[in-house]
Amino acid sequence: MSDRIDVLKTYKTYVGGKFPRSESDRTYKVNNSNDKVVANACRCTRKDVRDAVLAARTASKDWSGRSAYNRGQVLYRIAEMLEGRKDQFIRELELLGMKSKEAVYEVELSVDRLIYYAGWTDKYPQVFGTVNPVASSHFNFSAPEPTGVVGIIASDEDPLLSIISLIAPVIAGGNTCVILASESNPLPAVSFGEVLHASDVPAGVVNILTGYREEMVDHLSSHMDVNAVLNTIFDKETRKLIDENASISVKRVVHYDSKNWADDTHENPYLILDFQETKTTWHPVGV
Amino acid sequence: MSVISIPDFNQTIPIDKVGVEERVSRLNKRSIKKESKVQALKLALSMIDLTTLEGKDSEGKVIQMCSKARVPYAPMPQLPSVAAVCVYPNMVATAKKALKGTGIYVASVATAFPSGMAQLQVKLDDTKFAVDSGADEIDMVISRGEFLKGNYNFIFDEIAAIKEACGEAHLKVILETGELETYENVRTASDIAMYAGADFIKTSTGKISPAATQPVTLVMLEAIRDFYGDTGIMVGMKPAGGIRKAKEALQYLVLVKETLGAAWLTPNWFRFGASSLTNDLLMQIVKQETGVYQSLHYFSED
Amino acid sequence: MSEKTKKNEGEATANGSAKPTSPNADLKHDFASFWNYSPAPESSDFVEIREQYQHYIDGSFSVPAKKRYFKSINPATEEVLAEFAEGTSEDVDKAVKAARKAYDKVWSKLPARERGKYIYRIARMIQERARELAIIESMDGGKPIRESRDVDVPLAAAYFFYYAGWADKLDYAFPGRKAEPVGVCGQIIPWNFPLLMLAWKIAPALATGNTVVLKPAETTSLTALKFAEICMDAGLPAGVVNIVTGAGQTGAAIVDHPDINKIAFTGSTEVGKIIQKSLAGTEKKFTLELGGKGPNIIFEDASVDQAVEGIVNAIFFNQGHVCCAGSRLLVQEGIADKLIKKLKQRMETLIVGDPLDKNTDIGAINSKMQFNKINEYIEIGIKEGATIHQSNSSSLPDKGYFCKPTIFTGVAQSNRIVQEEIFGPVLTIQTFRTPEEAVEKANNTPYGLAGGIWTDKGSKIFKISQKLRSGVVWANTFNKFDPTSPFGGYKESGVGREGGLHGLYPYVKLK
Repeated sequence: MSDRIDVLKTYKTYVGGKFPRSESDRTYKVNNSNDKVVANACRCTRKDVRDAVLAARTASKDWSGRSAYNRGQVLYRIAEMLEGRKDQFIRELELLGMKSKEAVYEVELSVDRLIYYAGWTDKYPQVFGTVNPVASSHFNFSAPEPTGVVGIIASDEDPLLSIISLIAPVIAGGNTCVILASESNPLPAVSFGEVLHASDVPAGVVNILTGYREEMVDHLSSHMDVNAVLNTIFDKETRKLIDENASISVKRVVHYDSKNWADDTHENPYLILDFQETKTTWHPVGV
Repeated sequence: MSVISIPDFNQTIPIDKVGVEERVSRLNKRSIKKESKVQALKLALSMIDLTTLEGKDSEGKVIQMCSKARVPYAPMPQLPSVAAVCVYPNMVATAKKALKGTGIYVASVATAFPSGMAQLQVKLDDTKFAVDSGADEIDMVISRGEFLKGNYNFIFDEIAAIKEACGEAHLKVILETGELETYENVRTASDIAMYAGADFIKTSTGKISPAATQPVTLVMLEAIRDFYGDTGIMVGMKPAGGIRKAKEALQYLVLVKETLGAAWLTPNWFRFGASSLTNDLLMQIVKQETGVYQSLHYFSED
Repeated sequence: MSEKTKKNEGEATANGSAKPTSPNADLKHDFASFWNYSPAPESSDFVEIREQYQHYIDGSFSVPAKKRYFKSINPATEEVLAEFAEGTSEDVDKAVKAARKAYDKVWSKLPARERGKYIYRIARMIQERARELAIIESMDGGKPIRESRDVDVPLAAAYFFYYAGWADKLDYAFPGRKAEPVGVCGQIIPWNFPLLMLAWKIAPALATGNTVVLKPAETTSLTALKFAEICMDAGLPAGVVNIVTGAGQTGAAIVDHPDINKIAFTGSTEVGKIIQKSLAGTEKKFTLELGGKGPNIIFEDASVDQAVEGIVNAIFFNQGHVCCAGSRLLVQEGIADKLIKKLKQRMETLIVGDPLDKNTDIGAINSKMQFNKINEYIEIGIKEGATIHQSNSSSLPDKGYFCKPTIFTGVAQSNRIVQEEIFGPVLTIQTFRTPEEAVEKANNTPYGLAGGIWTDKGSKIFKISQKLRSGVVWANTFNKFDPTSPFGGYKESGVGREGGLHGLYPYVKLK
């Protein structure tokens, strides 16, 4: 054993391709399953929500305009980067109290899930798009398009796998997002931000905030520039609050009921479709 | 005198086929009833260029047709006569004589009708012969082959030359839209004809199918409207061929009314090139007067 | 041939109409002085309208619990047409119970193919009674008979026909999934296309195996109750379709009913938001088809005459009572003068008047309330400094709620008449210079229902249509509808799609 002192990591947020601390400069303690403090995480506020939504909106134009092939490559690149840092994530999950075998399983499944969605980017429009045989002399087709900026309220379960299961279908579909990471287990989310940063994901496509949900959910779900909310919190009051806030600007809201993030129900293109709008285009046919 | 600048005919004016046909179909939904129907039937009758353009035409046939032109239906002498008769050049003198003093014009096809496949000089001679024989109106054909090759100057110059040869006679330019195929072509040909001096533009010879159609007519009426807007010059319109029923004739009049307005709703500015249409109009007129549905047996086939 | 004199000068117009003006003046066409169409009213003799109508619940007509009725008037004559039952929460509850019973006992047990055959029957019966339905639609709602006859009613039948066929083919609609019905659907529809909106709602709901409680708009209940007769004639099992009439409170009772599984609403964004809020925290699915302020973009290289026609269809169809109306015209500067001149000319040929006259292009405004709202907006437009132009050739009837086709030029993006949905025959016209500017202006609104693009250039169409944030893009056409074609909005114009395969989603649970 050497006498070397370990260098501890400061966990920050990931917004607009940068790693700022919370605008409030506040932090909160993150404990492992034995209630031992393992790190300090940023306690973000409504202003951080505001900045993150702005970053997501700004990134939306470029990301939604990327070719499906390119989005697929970017998602694949995230998987590659995550694969390369497997050990780090396994260690972090262990730090939080997860058994080694489980940690390995979660990280490997996370990588595989990214690859699964990387493969969908240029296929789901074919599965969900249609050419519509209208009775008049027109060519008519419907194709999915991203809804825009999605606010994601992440789960406390399987903190790495769940956040990847939430982000992947959303960004595979050309949306950008703001994620409120797990309140109790935010560390893998923040580290995942570093993976995103190291891969080819453009700044602002994914923005990750940590902190207390009750200080952010209200502002995220009521923000007029957020087009949709994906929520994993079961609490009835929270769900009602999100729904009510959504009505201010007719946001789309999806509540996930799943607790088991390893379940293969989290791998299907209908989850991409949740944050797609269908655009139907008509054009006359004639010489 | 006003100076008119001639547009670049190579600049295609985009026309959407489906849109044109939708517009026509909407106009066809106008319901023409009661007085407006009677008025329109008589108006349509007065706009007919009663036509015979057969290889077997003879003086006897032309004289009979002229008599029908004069008095379309003897039991109702107050009905208007048709606007003109339309014949081949060698029948012009006969028609002219038969219609003397009636005010009915004699129109003659010319310029190697219907194909127009002849030297300019032949066409000029053909025109002059018709005019010298007394034709009031000349219905020329354009050279469709040259047009489709994009040789617009050729078309323009030919029309201008024929116009000059017409002298006092009015010139109707037949585009033969059935061979031009697209509405953009119809539009370009209309513009060339009008800028080159046409008094009327006309859809068809009647020898090619499709002959006149309402969408083609609408495109030409819109060309006339734009030409009028740009130059202040009114040009007339003549759909010809295939118009057999009174109902269709009324639909054409609706097209004219709602595209160009009341000023064009006279035989001076709108004609039907037709023959069997006459009797169908007459049957409808008599039906309106008597309330009894009519039979063709009671109307002369001249 | 560069010089030419005006021919035929002084030639008298034989029909006595106004002579064309000289080339130097602003050339006008005279559409009015000669050969005007005689009245051509569609006869309404054979249409039977009773004095009073009840709810349609559990397969029969049922007197409202509170025995209260409200009157509906013909907006073209301002005369009372009939009175309708005012639905209370008791009535809604009765209807929901009937729908639940029908769902549990009959409809969910019926083989899909048989379900489809009922819907086919309904489609056919609408076709058979098309004329009657069209006349009633025009009398009740004020829309021109040409539209109710050629658009509303045939399309309503077509939607039933289309969805009937889906009933036994749902396994092919959702790859990898099995579709199950949602249960009882509460449906609330607007007054602008009463029967058609009913078809958009009921046809997919029944095809996917749901039962429904539908509330028509209070000013246009009649065709819904005629549809109830059709359901009876078709032998549709009792309770599968229930119709409760009434106004906003009746609608709220449906939205709030605990035993309803799904709400489908078409109407204003304002009410849509209230509904979305009421549904917060519940398990109810919902779709919303809300308002719009559709941009209609005309580029310099457009087919101008067809574009003019498209503009007319976009804003004057159904008196402009169309959520997807092209109410904001965006014209490229180089073509603006020419286009506006042509549009004004075209407006002179629009006939405003008796909805039952077959030649009427623009009928009556649906209700006094809407009539006042439109007039208020016209005043606002004038106050905002915009230049108003209305057609002159058609004089308005003395009675009834009629509005001349109206356009505003000289407007700014910040004007209320540009921002807010007027839902009437009122068009604002703005100009733009570049495609980028057109897209910016087009998207600069909370709405996103539909938009138009007019250009002859294919690649431009694809680029601009990609950039428009709206659920429907009509390129070189406007206001086209088809049962196979999904319809619905982005942003505040709604959630979900109606029509086509996509229109099945709101009515199924995917397992």
